[in-house]
Amino acid sequence: MRKTYKLYIGGAFPRSESGRSYVVNDAKGKFLANASQASRKDARDAVVAARKAFGGWHARTAYNRGQVLYRIAEVMEGRHQQFSLEVSQSEGLSIAKARAVVDASIDRWVWYAGWADKLAQVVGSSNPVAGPYFDFSLPEATGVVAVLAPQDSSLLGLTSVIAPAIVSGNTVVAVSSYERPLPAVTLGEVMATSDVPGGVVNLLTGSASEIGPWLASHQDVNAIDLCGISSEDEARDLEIASADNLKRVRRPAEEDWTEDQGLSRLLNYLELKTVWHPIGV
Amino acid sequence: MSRFEYAPAPESRAIVDIKSSYGLFINGQFTDATDGKPFKTISPASEEVLAEVSEAGPADVDKAVRAARKAFEKVWGPMAGRDRAKYLFRIARLIQERARELAVLESLDNGKPIRESRDVDIPLVAAHFFYYAGWADKLEYAGVGDDPQPWGVAGQVIPWNFPMLMLAWKIAPALAAGNTVVLKPAETTPLTALAFAEICQQADLPPGVVNIVTGAGRTGQALVEHPDVNKVAFTGSTAVGRAIAKSVAGTDKAVTLELGGKAANIVFEDAPIDQTIEGIVNGIFFNQGHVCCAGSRLLVQESVYDEVLARLKRRMGTLRVGDPLDKNTDIGAINSAAQLAKIRELSQVGEDEGAERWSPECELPPQGYWFPPTVFTGVSQAHRIAREEIFGPVLSVLTFRTPQEAVEKANNTPFGLSAGIWTDKGSRILWMANQLRAGVVWANTFNRFDPTSPFGGYKESGYGREGGRHGLEAYLAH
Repeated sequence: MRKTYKLYIGGAFPRSESGRSYVVNDAKGKFLANASQASRKDARDAVVAARKAFGGWHARTAYNRGQVLYRIAEVMEGRHQQFSLEVSQSEGLSIAKARAVVDASIDRWVWYAGWADKLAQVVGSSNPVAGPYFDFSLPEATGVVAVLAPQDSSLLGLTSVIAPAIVSGNTVVAVSSYERPLPAVTLGEVMATSDVPGGVVNLLTGSASEIGPWLASHQDVNAIDLCGISSEDEARDLEIASADNLKRVRRPAEEDWTEDQGLSRLLNYLELKTVWHPIGV
Repeated sequence: MSRFEYAPAPESRAIVDIKSSYGLFINGQFTDATDGKPFKTISPASEEVLAEVSEAGPADVDKAVRAARKAFEKVWGPMAGRDRAKYLFRIARLIQERARELAVLESLDNGKPIRESRDVDIPLVAAHFFYYAGWADKLEYAGVGDDPQPWGVAGQVIPWNFPMLMLAWKIAPALAAGNTVVLKPAETTPLTALAFAEICQQADLPPGVVNIVTGAGRTGQALVEHPDVNKVAFTGSTAVGRAIAKSVAGTDKAVTLELGGKAANIVFEDAPIDQTIEGIVNGIFFNQGHVCCAGSRLLVQESVYDEVLARLKRRMGTLRVGDPLDKNTDIGAINSAAQLAKIRELSQVGEDEGAERWSPECELPPQGYWFPPTVFTGVSQAHRIAREEIFGPVLSVLTFRTPQEAVEKANNTPFGLSAGIWTDKGSRILWMANQLRAGVVWANTFNRFDPTSPFGGYKESGYGREGGRHGLEAYLAH
């Protein structure tokens, strides 16, 4: 039986409110499926869902968030074959190469999962101020992160831009690759069945150029990753729109998703909170 | 309450030697501006003209950036960290040696009480240079990888509220990381930055490593938009910060912004009352309230509202407003006529919107720019004086019943720079600190600063941190 590919918003799988869909072909141009084409309204609904989920997700213990991310990896493992097929069709890779991409994606979730309860120790600090105060700094999630996912790497790239946002307690609205959206929809199904609270990850299929401006100008989005935008003019305009409420912007850059990702993307979605308290008897 | 009468105790200004006019500090030399007009800097306490200062135009800014680029490529970039450190240590020492002079100069140009410039601003300036000097040869331990690299030329624009301290926050980490600097001080407070230029000369700092271009918004814009600037750092209003964020869009420039705030200072019923009153006063009247992290929204638990207000008003009655150079002065002059007009306007809006205004009886000097310490009660969250940054000695008071309500009200702002909590209960402090969406949380204290302690905001208060290891990160490419 063939599957219907829908959006993933607030833990549910709606069609686009606009009623639009678009044809998704494989790398050779053969029809694969009709995907929902998310609209401005879908993006706004997704931001509302992400904001609603933020408080609870952010309040989870780091240990718990780490476990939830490990669980994503476990559930992906169970759908290995489906992901491999979709990646192979979408990206025109041999099944063997697609399997390697799925392995790398699962490994990436595991890598980020482990960061959940280590970040505060690596990124935070105790500050030896010149006075009788206990002073410490802790990283904290910035809030709702909009992600315009890479256009080429439909699963490994997508994973590599979502995981670093949610591991620290942010919630995400992601726009998938336009031409290769199927792995994103399946990833949504993984999210729905792996203890990730509804709204923590919201996945929209459709055009980043169409939806991006609404996310960039949205006053309740705290950060944005422009990764999936290849036009310099578009990226500049999105950055300008993002400045309105001073979003933390990740500019598009050459990325190699197969490499060690380092911490820079993860750090882009963290605030640092410094707390002072007097010491005395 | 009766007030002790004090005899005037002015700090002598004989220690400062202000020149009648200053050029721009470019490539180690004071030089005349080529395409700008001179402007005057005045003492806001007396409206006396202190000096004439050059306005740097785009051509001057370009010259400064080229000097900084050359110094970065030829001298400062290749220099061993331990050698950069020695220059920074020397600068710190020179600041200490000239501390009294710098404090007087700061109070003259800015209007802040000498007690603050002498005991807070200038000691912290020296401390910042000491702290970052020690980082210069330890960058590989800063947490940004094994081989951290400076950005190159940093364009820095600073505000008038803590002129020399903001200079230190910007220049010390930038130089420690190996960047060179073009800095624009605020147009109303250029003098300590120009004194710092002299200190760079006395420290034999290689020419071009630090360049100071004076001027107003136009100069700042030319600097941040200069194509050969790699890193932009700005402290000031959210409106200008937003414009800067837009102007660097589509470039490779790294940016840190430290912008406005509307901090909640939250008082619970079990707070130690005497300390709390002092904390409220320090929170909003320190530096005439010209503080981005000022505790300008007082949230008081209803059960202690009457007592807190009565005591606060009594304490406000003892604050001494007047000559910034008098050692007994608590509240100095408002920095400029424009700022005074803004404070007056927003205070009028507060009254018009129905809040109740109160100030102690206090005689203000006839010359200069002055505003009495002011408190507004009956303020609602929708009032402009509860939402907009006034940047003056004006406190808005709101109430709450439960900790949850305090958190909701405190976080109900587009800003997120700082917050204060006053309570005797440790677990409540930590719970509140967790819930507040602000970059600095002071518990049972307020307005504390230290070079080791990262400072900066959430949301529309900007991004990036200054101070500590995190402040260094902002000047390293990663």
